Amino acid sequence: MLPIHPQDIQFQIDRLAGQDLFLHLEVSSGAYANHLDSSRPPASAFISNAVIRYTQGSISGTGPYRVGLKTEQGWIYAEGLTHVDEFETEQLIMAGHDTQGKLIVALQLGQNRF
Amino acid sequence: MNTIHVEHQNILVVFPHPDDEAFLVSGTLAMYIGAGAQVTYACLTLGEMGRNMGIPPFANRVTLPAIRKEELAASCRAIGIQDLRMLGFHDKMIEFEDQQLLDDQIMMLLKELTPSLVITFYPGYSVHPDHDATGAAVIRTIARLPVVEQPLVHCIAFSSDHEKMIGKADVTIDVTAYLAKKMESIQSHRSQFQAAELVGERDLNDEEIQSRFGTEQFWTYRFD
Repeated sequence: MLPIHPQDIQFQIDRLAGQDLFLHLEVSSGAYANHLDSSRPPASAFISNAVIRYTQGSISGTGPYRVGLKTEQGWIYAEGLTHVDEFETEQLIMAGHDTQGKLIVALQLGQNRF
Repeated sequence: MNTIHVEHQNILVVFPHPDDEAFLVSGTLAMYIGAGAQVTYACLTLGEMGRNMGIPPFANRVTLPAIRKEELAASCRAIGIQDLRMLGFHDKMIEFEDQQLLDDQIMMLLKELTPSLVITFYPGYSVHPDHDATGAAVIRTIARLPVVEQPLVHCIAFSSDHEKMIGKADVTIDVTAYLAKKMESIQSHRSQFQAAELVGERDLNDEEIQSRFGTEQFWTYRFD
């Protein structure tokens, strides 16, 4: 993956707006959080291949980045994004990694299911 | 130091994640294989929800399963495992999976292979929910076999309270002679093994490798 350049992300967010897309959204402390440090309760969530459509969206911040996507009924939000997969026209794959390189957040949009 | 002298013809290993075998049992499996055992490794998932993506990250959520599949195959080659079965369950979801489906697949393997030894996680003492659910499925399924058909079960346990609850391991295996294969197995998992809590980015010297990876421990599961 490559470090995020926000203008490239914005371009891709705009290009994918207004159409049905598959969404993978995830945050994770990891299953070992509490085993390694008893003061850290584990907290994780993901939703895989939900079908969504957003009308507008943007990337914000100075890195790690935030992305907000406005849907017809609500919002999709992710914070902590640091990396993006090499661009392909039909998908946008972003993730945030901690200082140890572990994934802590993922936001993926694609015309094909993940 | 070895507390085990039994030879096994067929061994079945059941873990949920590629790399579970590398850190926990690769030396022991190499030892048994060296003595003539046939090993089947049933790996329930591809570890596709893993958080380690390589340092710097070369994997992502989309590419990770294919990458980990290749890493798993390479690890099995390093150990000498003859039969790798990837069962295709979803990472992190084992505890929520249809138990009947899970148990049926394990039962089919038991019937097909008639192993004399099964290696899995000790349910309740293995930290990751997938580990506990995998161990529970294996124990549940073996418990359904007639007693005379039940294989020996060696479990891995490492939760912080495990020793208080189930005592010390009753099987300790010195894998010093198989450390080269074990390290090759670990390093096959390129996207995973640099993680700080595992091997770390620094090269370990021989003494550190010996003390961290030189022995493998198991708890014999008691069905009574």
